[in-house]
Amino acid sequence: MDWSLPLNISTQGVQIDNLFWLIFWLTAVAFVLVEVGVLWFLWRYRAREGHRARYTHGHLGAEIVWTAVPALTMIFLGIYSGRIWAGIKSPDSFPKDALTINVTAKQFEWNVTYPGADHVLGNDDDFTIRNRFEIPAHQPVVVNLESEDVIHSFFIPELRVKQDAVPGKVIPIWFEATQAGDFQIACAELCGLGHYSMRASVVIHEPEDYERWYNEQTGAAQTAAAD
Amino acid sequence: MSNSNSAWLALVAMVAVGCGGGDAGGGDEGMESGGEMEATAPAVDPAIAATISGTISFTGTAPAAEAIDMSEEPTCADKYDSQPMTLGYVVNDGHLANVFVFVSEGLGDRTFPTDQASVEINQEGCRYHPHVLGIQTGQPLVIHNSDDVLHNINTESTENRPFNISQPSAGMESTRTFNTAEVMIPVKCDVHGWMHAYIGVTDSPYHAVTDASGNFTIEGLPPGTYTIEAWHEELGAQTMSVTVGESETGAADFTYDENAAYAPVPMGEPLVVSHGESAAG
Amino acid sequence: MATMTAEPSGIPVREEHHPQPFIRKYIFSTDHKIIGIQFLFTTLFFLMIGGLLAVMLRFQLGFPGEAMPGGSILPETMAPGGIILPEFYISLVTMHGTFMVFFAIMPLLVGVYANYLIPIEIGTHDMAFPRLNMISFWLFLISGLMMLSSFWVVGGASRSGWTQYAPLSANPDASGVFTGQILWCLSIAVFGFSSLLGSINYITTIVNQRAQGMTWFRLPLVIWALFITAILGLLAVPVLTAAVIMLLFDQTIGTTFFLPGGGGQPLLWQHLFWFFGHPEVYILILPAMGFVSEIISNGSRKPIFGYKSMVFAIMAIAFLGFIVWGHHMFQSGMNPRLGMSFMVTTLIIAVPSAIKVFNWMATMWGGAIKFTTPMLFAVGFVMLFTIGGLSGIFMAANPVDIYIHDTYFIVAHIHYVLFGGSLFAIFGAIYFWFPKMFGRMINETAGKIHFALTFILFNLVFFPMHGLGMEGMMRRIYDTSRYTHLSDVQDTNTMISIAAFGLFASGLYFGVLFFWSLFKGKPAPDNPWEANTLEWTLPSPPKHGNWEQLPTVYHGPYEYSHPDMDRDWLLQNERPDIVSPAHEVTIRKGEA
Repeated sequence: MDWSLPLNISTQGVQIDNLFWLIFWLTAVAFVLVEVGVLWFLWRYRAREGHRARYTHGHLGAEIVWTAVPALTMIFLGIYSGRIWAGIKSPDSFPKDALTINVTAKQFEWNVTYPGADHVLGNDDDFTIRNRFEIPAHQPVVVNLESEDVIHSFFIPELRVKQDAVPGKVIPIWFEATQAGDFQIACAELCGLGHYSMRASVVIHEPEDYERWYNEQTGAAQTAAAD
Repeated sequence: MSNSNSAWLALVAMVAVGCGGGDAGGGDEGMESGGEMEATAPAVDPAIAATISGTISFTGTAPAAEAIDMSEEPTCADKYDSQPMTLGYVVNDGHLANVFVFVSEGLGDRTFPTDQASVEINQEGCRYHPHVLGIQTGQPLVIHNSDDVLHNINTESTENRPFNISQPSAGMESTRTFNTAEVMIPVKCDVHGWMHAYIGVTDSPYHAVTDASGNFTIEGLPPGTYTIEAWHEELGAQTMSVTVGESETGAADFTYDENAAYAPVPMGEPLVVSHGESAAG
Repeated sequence: MATMTAEPSGIPVREEHHPQPFIRKYIFSTDHKIIGIQFLFTTLFFLMIGGLLAVMLRFQLGFPGEAMPGGSILPETMAPGGIILPEFYISLVTMHGTFMVFFAIMPLLVGVYANYLIPIEIGTHDMAFPRLNMISFWLFLISGLMMLSSFWVVGGASRSGWTQYAPLSANPDASGVFTGQILWCLSIAVFGFSSLLGSINYITTIVNQRAQGMTWFRLPLVIWALFITAILGLLAVPVLTAAVIMLLFDQTIGTTFFLPGGGGQPLLWQHLFWFFGHPEVYILILPAMGFVSEIISNGSRKPIFGYKSMVFAIMAIAFLGFIVWGHHMFQSGMNPRLGMSFMVTTLIIAVPSAIKVFNWMATMWGGAIKFTTPMLFAVGFVMLFTIGGLSGIFMAANPVDIYIHDTYFIVAHIHYVLFGGSLFAIFGAIYFWFPKMFGRMINETAGKIHFALTFILFNLVFFPMHGLGMEGMMRRIYDTSRYTHLSDVQDTNTMISIAAFGLFASGLYFGVLFFWSLFKGKPAPDNPWEANTLEWTLPSPPKHGNWEQLPTVYHGPYEYSHPDMDRDWLLQNERPDIVSPAHEVTIRKGEA
């Protein structure tokens, strides 16, 4: 195990990782202050012959400082986080030119429905592949998440994407990959005995390769339909 | 001291509850928990036992089998030299395999000793072997996993208590029995959605599954008149009446035609797929 | 002796005329101290069960697919040949969480110490409703046994996580569990009644039966913490009770509160559960913070720094605790705007917790610290709770939560606050109040060994989980080998598991030490820690009814090391001018 976040291949992921490390450094400062402080006090103020504890009930100034500093830090973090959150989740932030794919989770597989040759979801030329999610890099993708049975969660670590799939709801999310490669979808919400084995391949293509793959699939689908 | 007495009381109460026991697990395991063994009639005298056999044919063009994409499970995909195909219609030279044939009427109130020989179903290459099987109530079904991947065996029975058990690695084996006759029980694996099998449970030992040439044989029958039922997973069920005398072999040949409709067999619980409104909190 | 004693509050209390039979005195007792001790034995037993379940699940994670030693006694439906099955693994995870939260930590904090300490720290004979108190214990025991029994029914114990998200929890076909799930729901419903009866008792007793002179701002912080905790319980637990009954109905009688097929909403379960669940985690930490305040002040021989701020911080945590529940649901499909509002409130709640940590540190500053076992555990609390609190900030920032939600980062956080926090404080409290409860001391050296083992092993088990979460290891998974992004975590998991076995063993060591000390510990004086609160004026252990003549309180509970006194402690019922007539000891008015 190494103490790092996985490879980041997502536009959103840059912001998420930056926030993570910002919080890491802020908490590291607090951590050192408290832990070293405690250990130092334990040694410095240990009971000794002839030494008596100070009789003091408090100090308003000190209390104000250590109330205000954490409060201001939290306010800052709140504003910073809020901006990133809105940029990812707000309906306005969803890109207009995205490739839209439906993903339906069920115990224990991911059924990925692509829009077919007409590039429109919801009609007869859609095709569904079990456990394979293929997208182009450098293009925004919208995923409409559904579930057939229980709550699952669509998690692609390198894309920094996670969204629960809830039966009875269609939940859209978006992201954009910054490079090609092979990754996986992992289910991140307990969904039964096969939860640990509910994976799908994520294949991210360079845009031209994706065109080629897509045409192969729609061609094959058309051939199958014609039979 | 008071404290230790409270502790002992708690411990005793816990043990008392714990030892209440009760079998764990869906379905009935092993042989001891099978259905009541009714007073058994003497086994049919082999000197007079009759046989019913036949061939099941298919006329017309069967829908083409579809390729199964196992690329997401390399452990299984690697076991195949040629492309694995779906088994909805297995037709060889006009003969239909994987048809479950059994005696549905004519045995009267007779009961039969439960065959203790176990029936095996094996998961190999992410498929069930056999695809269709028959078993008697109380007879042990041994479920074996030959793949080093997680399979779950999810039986969607309605008359019997359904069970859903996992076998995460190769070599694992579980045994189950069914208490009640039920035709058919669908079996699926939720991890590998293409895996399907069907189990026909009958009170009598008189059942068979057609082989690749569409042939079946049911032996050891008491002489009499019987309704023979054939069941196919896509086409449905049909029946015919056959009379056999002592030591006779009766013929029961069925034909399924692609254009005809046959009686559907209700199997398992219907799947309810819920699609809903957009996410709006 | 039969006496009718008129209390300042006007409630007459009559002491028993005759010795009670054994059953009335020790089994069906209404004496708050006996009830507290009954809770203690029962909860230590459930704590062990929770630990055992953890050992088993850690075995699977550390040695995936291998046969667990001793596992062959388990039935084939759980662990054929001793190899834990995925469905049983999930049961273990579910029941570990359930037992630890409901049947170990919560009752250890509240059932034991609210019962034991409230009357003897506020200066009264017993709880306001002694019989309700007894019923509360027996309901608790029954609920715990019901939960335990679910392992033995067909289908086994619940498999939906201690959080029981629907539809998985409401759908036996999806989970594979029917009777066990019913038992889970019923057990929690019964537990809820036990908890409510307790809350009613604690609140009424503290409001009505404080001794003469025990004003609100002279109460020990333990009592404040238990008081606020009881209010939290009163308001939050009924929501859980209602929710589990709805869940039970969905599973059994065909309602569809949480099932979309019938128009229900899975997210409704999450809202109800977490509306309870978040105040619940503050129920699980506030009494612990109270213990730590007592012990650190006592161990540093210094007044608690900022008593009033500490009280207001407890209130702030409790109040804010009701408006942060959505932070468990950031990725649930809930409207993202709610994600914003819950993020804000969650960040705010970090502030009162931070204040408390700094105040504990400031209490130690300038002190004369004695390294007793309770003090070690209390200081350990401060160090470990800080880590847990800091990791919480990552989750509060909802974009980061997108990544770390449902990973081991969360598991690390939970355990740093619940184990490094609550359980360390509980251990501290057990060592601290053991002499008062049982009239015996636990050997200091043996206790320090327990502390050292626990502290070291705890960090070995749980600190690496932050890293596992960063790598993206999901929660509740049976085996990591299916994912390429987890290809290098097995060694860490194995190491964690081995440390976890050691941690469990150190818990067993504590169990042995505890029971040994009951019989063989050195006899304890009335006030072995030279502490100030009223219970230390009583014999160890106190007798039934605690006081014949109720005490009068003259000042706050943290008057340590007053410069004008020879000794460095001053019991709350001691008048300083009588204690040190040669010196003019003045305790400033308004000073706690």
